[in-house]
Amino acid sequence: MGTETLKYVISLSEVGKLLGNIKGQGFHVVGPVLADGAIIYDTIHSIEDLPSGYQDEQEGGHYRLKKSTGRRGERDALFRYTVGPSSWKRFLFPPEQKLWKAVREGKSFSIESPKEKPPRYAFFGVRPCEVSALKIQDKVFCNNDFQDKGYAEKRKKSLVIAVNCTRSVSTCFCRSMDTGPKANGGFDLALTEISDGKNHRFIVEVGSKKGSKLLKGIDHTLAERHDLSSAAARVNSAKRAMKRQMPKDAAKILSKNSEHPHWKDVAARCLNCANCTMVCPTCFCSTVEDTTSLSGDVAERWRRWDSCFTVDFSYIHGGPIRRDSAARYRQWLTHKLSSWHDQFGTSGCTGCGRCITWCPVGIDITEEIKALQKGGK
Amino acid sequence: MVKKTDLGPILEGHPFFDGMDEGARKLIVGCAKNAVFHDDDMVYKEGAAADTFYLIRHGSIALEVHTPAREPLVIETLSNGEILGWSWLVPPYRCRFDARAIGVVRAIAIDAKCLRGKCEKDHSLGYQFYKQFLPVISSRLGAARLQMIDMYGDPIAYAQKTQAVEKDTLPAKPTPGKVKKAKGKKS
Amino acid sequence: MTQAQVKYAGTAVADPMTPVLFEVGKIKRELSDTFTLELISQSGNPFSFKPGQFTMLYQFGVGEVPISISGDPLNPSKLTHTIRAVGKVTEAMMRLKKGDMVGVRGPFGTNWPVEAAEGSDVVIITGGVGLAPLRPAIYHLLANRKRYGNICIYYGARTPEDILFRKQLEKWRGRFDLKVEVTVDRALAGWNGRVGVVTKLLDLGGFDADQTVAMVCGPEVMMRFSVRALNELGVRNDSIYVSMERNMKCAVGFCGHCQYGSAFVCKDGPVFPFSDLEEIFDVREL
Repeated sequence: MGTETLKYVISLSEVGKLLGNIKGQGFHVVGPVLADGAIIYDTIHSIEDLPSGYQDEQEGGHYRLKKSTGRRGERDALFRYTVGPSSWKRFLFPPEQKLWKAVREGKSFSIESPKEKPPRYAFFGVRPCEVSALKIQDKVFCNNDFQDKGYAEKRKKSLVIAVNCTRSVSTCFCRSMDTGPKANGGFDLALTEISDGKNHRFIVEVGSKKGSKLLKGIDHTLAERHDLSSAAARVNSAKRAMKRQMPKDAAKILSKNSEHPHWKDVAARCLNCANCTMVCPTCFCSTVEDTTSLSGDVAERWRRWDSCFTVDFSYIHGGPIRRDSAARYRQWLTHKLSSWHDQFGTSGCTGCGRCITWCPVGIDITEEIKALQKGGK
Repeated sequence: MVKKTDLGPILEGHPFFDGMDEGARKLIVGCAKNAVFHDDDMVYKEGAAADTFYLIRHGSIALEVHTPAREPLVIETLSNGEILGWSWLVPPYRCRFDARAIGVVRAIAIDAKCLRGKCEKDHSLGYQFYKQFLPVISSRLGAARLQMIDMYGDPIAYAQKTQAVEKDTLPAKPTPGKVKKAKGKKS
Repeated sequence: MTQAQVKYAGTAVADPMTPVLFEVGKIKRELSDTFTLELISQSGNPFSFKPGQFTMLYQFGVGEVPISISGDPLNPSKLTHTIRAVGKVTEAMMRLKKGDMVGVRGPFGTNWPVEAAEGSDVVIITGGVGLAPLRPAIYHLLANRKRYGNICIYYGARTPEDILFRKQLEKWRGRFDLKVEVTVDRALAGWNGRVGVVTKLLDLGGFDADQTVAMVCGPEVMMRFSVRALNELGVRNDSIYVSMERNMKCAVGFCGHCQYGSAFVCKDGPVFPFSDLEEIFDVREL
C-alpha cells in the first residue's frame, strides 16, 4: 500500500456515470442524503441525490448544516460535509433484524430462518474513519470462533466507494487514531474531490479488482502531478484543522484506572441516554426479543441494537451488575478504547467524533481520557 | 462423663497447641480432663456459667439457638480439631448458645475458671491465650456474616425484600426541633 | 469400570443463532425450585460436550436462557440440564412435560480442566445449584479415577432441604477413593451433618496445596471467599478455576452482554483460570 499505486482522474459527470453503472449491476446504492436537518445514509439513485454544497458545523452536543454561499467550488462540492448521525453499520448490522420464526405444530414446533435474500449493497461516500469502522466490525462479526451469517454475506457482496475528507469539523480526531483523513485500504475505489470552481474533478485510487473493473467502465485519465498535489493539499488542510486528539496511550490509561474518582464525575454529567452507542459506527451490542402472536402459535426472535448504558443490559437473576451510571460509563469507554484491543487487536474507536457531537450534554471522550490520565495511575 | 488421665500426649496432637510455648501447654494440661459425650447430650446450655471450654478430638457438636415454638436452629457445627467455647474469656462469662453432641464426641475439657485466674496473674500467659482464641473468634464471626447474606437463597425474593421499599415510603424522620422533651414528673 | 481415555468430539456449531429441537425425555424435580431436564436429540446424533460447557435453552414463545450442562459427558445420547427457576423462562420450563419440545443452541464455552488436572489432587468447592455445572467434571474424574490424586468434593447448601443431588452425594461419600463433605448454612436440630460456610470445609484438608487443581462454582461471593481460603492454604491462582455468570443473549460473542473486563464470558468462559481474573475480580460492577 505504501508503494506508488497509480491514481486516476475522473470528471464530475463520470462520478454520476460510475454511480449509474454500479446501480446497473444490481447493487442497492446507499449514500449521503439530506434528511431532518442532518446528513444521513440512505438509498440514492443518482448524484443529484447527494447533498452538494452543504457543510456541517459540529461541536460537543451541537450539529448544524448550512448550504455554502461562498466560492463556487464550495457551492458545487459533493462531499464538503463530514459524518452525520447515521453510519454504515445499520445496513450490515440492522437496528432490527428477524433471526427466525418458530411455528407451533401440536406438541412440537418448527424453526424457520428468514428466506429473503440480503441486498447487495454499494456504499457510496464512505469516509476514511468509516472504512476503519467497517474493518473493526468485520472482526466482531466474523471472529475466530463464530460468524454472523447475515453480516458476513452482506459484507462479502458489498462495494465500498470511499471518499477522502477535504474538510474536518471540530469533533473530528481521526488523525490521532490513524484512521484518516485519507483512507488506507479497505475500499474498492477511493475518491478525493477537487472542487476548485474551475475543473471539478476527482482523484481515484483503486483498492480492489472490483474497483478496477468499475474504473474501466468510465472515462478516466492518469492523474498528473498537479492533480495529486492539489488532492493532497486538500486532505492535508482537513488534517491540519483537526485540533482534538485522543491520547496515544488511552488503552493503558483506562485499563489502569477502573477505580478512578473521575468516573463519578463523568457519571454525574452523563444522562445514560445511549446516544453515543447508537451513533457509534462500531458499537455492536444487541439484545434479542422473543415475540409471540396473539394466537400463541407463532413466535419470532428479533435482534435489536442494545446499549451498555441501559440498566437491564447487565441483568442477571436478582439484579443488574452495573447498577451505577459510573460503572456503565466506565464499561463503554473502557471497552471502546481499551478492552477492544484485547478482544479484537484494534481500538474500537475510529475518531469520527459522533459520540461527542450527539451527546446531549457534550461529553468529549478525548477530554475524559485526559482527565483520567491526570489524577490517575 | 469426665475422666482424668495423663493428657499430655493427647493434647500435643491437637491443633490448638500449634505454636504455643511449653510453659503454657503444661499449664493447660494441669487444668485438663478427658470428656466423652453421647448423642444428644447437652454439653452446655445458653446462659450457663462459661467455666469450661473444650478441644474436640472426635465427633461433632452443634451450636444451637433455642426459639420458643420452633425447632432449635443449628447455627454452626464444630468437629475434630476445633475449639468449643470462648465465652470464658469475655465477661460475664456466660455461654451464648446451646451446645449439643451429635453422636459420640470425645473431647478434652479445660477448666477455664482456673485458667482465667492464671491469666489474670500472668499477663504474658493471657496474651498467649488471646492469640490462640482471637483467630477462632474472628473466623467464626466472618463465617457468621457469610451465612447471614444467604448466598444460595432465592435472589429475586432477596431483591424484593431488600429493594422493594421505596425511600419515600419510609417513615419521615422526626424533625429535631419538634420533638418535645417529656416532662416527667418526679416520682 | 473401564478406565479408557475419554475423548470428546469436536463441538462445531452449524448456525450458532438458530436453535435445534430436542424432546423432553424426562423431567425430575430436584428441589422446590430446581429440576433436571433430560433432552433427547431429534436427529438421533449424540450431543458431545465438555464438562463445564453450557447451552442456550429456548422455551417456545417465552425466551432463551444459558444453562450449564449437568449430565454425564460419557453418555452423550441424553442432554441433561439442572435448572433453578429464577425467571420467566426457567419458571416456564419447570412446567414442561415429557414429550414437549425445546430449542437448544450450543454447546458453548470453555470447560473444566479435567485433562490438565491429571496427576494432581482435585478439590471441588461448590455451593447451591453450582454443583450442577461441576457434575459432568465429577463424572469424568470418577470415570478416570486412576489418573488423579486425591479428590475432594466440598459442597455447601442453604439448608438440608436445599442439598442438590443428595442421593448421588451420599453415594459418592460412600466411596473410599473420594472425600465428600457437605455443609449447610443453617439447619434445624436433628440434622446430623455440618452447619457452617462452605469455605470452612477446606480446613478438613485432604489435598496437597502444591499439587492441587481447584474447581469452584457457586454464587460469585462464595467463589470470592473460596478463592481467598484456597490462597491462604497455598493453592496458586493458576490452579484455581471458577465458572462465571453474566447476562447472555447470543452466546457467541456478538451481543456484548456478557463482557467481563476483556473477556466474553460466553466464549472465553464460563470457566476461567482465576489467574486470568485476579486483577478484575475485586473491581465492583465491572
